[in-house]
Amino acid sequence: MAAVVGRRAPATSLVYGAALAISAALLAIVAGHLADNPGVVSAVALPLGLPWTGARFRLDSLSAFFLVVVNLGGAVTSLYGLGYGRHESQPHRVLPFYPAFLAGMNLVVLADDAFSFLLSWEFMSLASWALVMAHHRDEANRRAGYIYLVMASFGTLALLLAFGLLAGPAGTYAFDAMRAAHPGLLAAGAVLALMLLGAGSKAGLVPLHAWLPLAHPAAPSHVSALMSGIMTKVAIYGFIRVVFDLLGEPAWWSGVVVLLIGGATAVLGILHALMEKDLKRLLAYSTIENIGVVFASLGLALAFKANAMPSAAALAFTAALFHVLNHSFFKSLLFFGAGAVLSATGERDMERLGGLIHRLPVTSFVFLVGCVSISALPPFNGFASEWLVFQAILQSPELPQWGLKVIVPAVGGMLALAAALAAACFVKAFGITFLGRARSTAVERAHEVDRWSLAAMAMLAVFCLLAGILPGFVIDSLSPVTLSLIGDRMPVQTAQPWLSIVPIAESRSSYNGLLVFVFITISASLAAFFIHRFASHALRRGPAWGCGFADAVPSAQYTAVSFAQPIRRVFGSFAFRARETVEMPAPGALEPARLKVDFHDVAWETFYQPITGAIDFATDRLNHLQFLTIRRYLTLVFLYLVILLLVLALWP
Amino acid sequence: MNGLTFDIAHLLAGSLVLVSFMMLYQDRLFALINVFALHAVVLALSVAWQAYIQDAHHLYITAAIALVFKAVVIPVGLHRIIQRLGIHRDIETAVGIGPTMLAGIGLVTLSMVLMLRVTPEADPLAREDLAFALSIILLGLLVMVTRRNAVSQVVGFMSLENGLVLAATGAKGMPLVVEISVAFSILIAFIVIGVFLFRIRERFDSVDVGALDDYRGERR
Repeated sequence: MAAVVGRRAPATSLVYGAALAISAALLAIVAGHLADNPGVVSAVALPLGLPWTGARFRLDSLSAFFLVVVNLGGAVTSLYGLGYGRHESQPHRVLPFYPAFLAGMNLVVLADDAFSFLLSWEFMSLASWALVMAHHRDEANRRAGYIYLVMASFGTLALLLAFGLLAGPAGTYAFDAMRAAHPGLLAAGAVLALMLLGAGSKAGLVPLHAWLPLAHPAAPSHVSALMSGIMTKVAIYGFIRVVFDLLGEPAWWSGVVVLLIGGATAVLGILHALMEKDLKRLLAYSTIENIGVVFASLGLALAFKANAMPSAAALAFTAALFHVLNHSFFKSLLFFGAGAVLSATGERDMERLGGLIHRLPVTSFVFLVGCVSISALPPFNGFASEWLVFQAILQSPELPQWGLKVIVPAVGGMLALAAALAAACFVKAFGITFLGRARSTAVERAHEVDRWSLAAMAMLAVFCLLAGILPGFVIDSLSPVTLSLIGDRMPVQTAQPWLSIVPIAESRSSYNGLLVFVFITISASLAAFFIHRFASHALRRGPAWGCGFADAVPSAQYTAVSFAQPIRRVFGSFAFRARETVEMPAPGALEPARLKVDFHDVAWETFYQPITGAIDFATDRLNHLQFLTIRRYLTLVFLYLVILLLVLALWP
Repeated sequence: MNGLTFDIAHLLAGSLVLVSFMMLYQDRLFALINVFALHAVVLALSVAWQAYIQDAHHLYITAAIALVFKAVVIPVGLHRIIQRLGIHRDIETAVGIGPTMLAGIGLVTLSMVLMLRVTPEADPLAREDLAFALSIILLGLLVMVTRRNAVSQVVGFMSLENGLVLAATGAKGMPLVVEISVAFSILIAFIVIGVFLFRIRERFDSVDVGALDDYRGERR
């Protein structure tokens, strides 16, 4: 239907309105299910799909939680799309695929057999690919779409193999049967590796992340928010479903693998984000970092679960799910903000923005909320979930294996580094984009965006704050999920006095977001009051720190690149093989001095370029096969047959 | 099974392979078609003998089809085609006779080794039949591969099909319907290929399949 009406003017409102209504309805249903009867599993088998298996769908607490994430994100995104979609130059390239994308994500989460899972997964991938290709006239977008398509197919192949291993020789593709069968050690390891490849490539684990910073920003901004904030969560759902639910009891080393990959992903993702000056690409790289945090936390949960420490495992698992929810809030918020900046100025390059706080006051305020949340500063939600992750890491000395005892604190250190770098990164993102002075004329003409977009962003900002100051409610509503997958839960949080959260015991650690929030509000208000009351009201204008130049031009401000330079100096040489070359003109010469920085994407050069090179070489050679004579084709077939017969004859 | 019936079946199937070998070194088209007709006659005999020893009367029909169509109708048709195309004096020199014969010997060895190894429990008659049938199929393919002329490729294809019929009759209980449908599909293939031959001829003044490649703008 969307395809038919796509070209008409009211279609945008119609499609986004319908998507909003459906998402909200699904959200209400699922939230009601989760609240009223959390442990209940409802399943349905439709007579479609594979014979003897059918298309099975199932709603349990895990899928209910992820349905909440998907549909909350979908509803808010549709609300944003109501306003943002009007700026779309070719809405008929976006509208048909947008509801399909949402439906695909919902179906993945509900699927209860491998066939419908893979079908929905592919449906989701293809719909999002079509959205990435919405502006296909741009060469960079076409390349992003191509790489995305290749990586998505590769990921689905890995998932296919993983499900094949899980189904075993009997070939039972229903999840119930997989749950009952317990694969051997080797098969379990292979399934874990394949899931890391398949779900990891969709979520953006290093080194499978290469497509993500290309494809996510290429889509329209609200779709970027969906892909970054929600689709990566669906990938995490796939990983949890298989590794925690279908695979049975984990081995302790599986935790090590997931932990290390998660830690490396977090650090490398945020380092890349720091080097980026394109606002949307920065956000995409930051997604990689957050995925790393979630996977590290999941690895920790695996390690604890393997060592029969259910309460610690429940803590780590809750932290992962909580961070999933939080990331879907603030990453959507930040992408909406980037979309607002894009629609107001037409720019994504931070080096051409600046001073937007005067032009877009509301957007910049909610963007600031998103930045503070993602930088894990209290009292917002990012702090609550990352604090839980670190609480889980602090449980590691009780682990029996020496490998884990050493690795977990090391990964904790990496996560702490990533958190600090994330703060630096978002100081840069906010400061360069919204503060300072305008760096281009487009910024000077910018206007605040429409009400729909502002409403969506404000809603997410409120969610960020609420989840930050009342984390106890979120943690308690996650308990059915941990109960079903880990077999234990965190202590009841809402019963704690003053709405504190106490992960293990009061004597060890506790956090009260509400108190922190009240304290920060009161102290900040008092400080503002005293300053305004006792300092002079008079507006004073004087020369800025001129350093000898009284009228600094906007290009003399800190830029995104110069802001990140100290960090690049520290990490650049090993993480990016960065090289700086300075060309100083001779004294008296008129040409300007130049500072050139060479970057290398190490993952791209180590893993992808050899593969593409080999494929290019092979296709070049095999191209001759397209131009043989008929007799030679016959000869080839004949020789092939003879060789097969020979093999059969020589086979012992 | 008494020795004589087995020996006669063996003799007929073996002579079918021998005739296939004869086909390999014919470099004139008329001679090739004559050998093909002989091939079909030997096949008909072999099938009839199978019908006799298996006491399966429908196999007589198969033998009759082979005799009528393959030994008479198709060779006569091919003769006419060649005369109308005026290529009866063409001599083929795709691959030398010596290497072709050596390759043929290798293929027969291969099929013997393979078939005798993979069917140790089967009825000895069926075993021998299958081994010979595989050799005939491979030799037919070899004819198709080593010839450049479209007519001789058709002949190679038909002799390959003879090998299939031999294999089918060697196995007991093959329904008549299957054989009739195979025979008809071959006839239709013959008609289609014949039409194509004339079309190729009209277009390129030659039935050398190389002309098709030249038409595609490629070197051979």
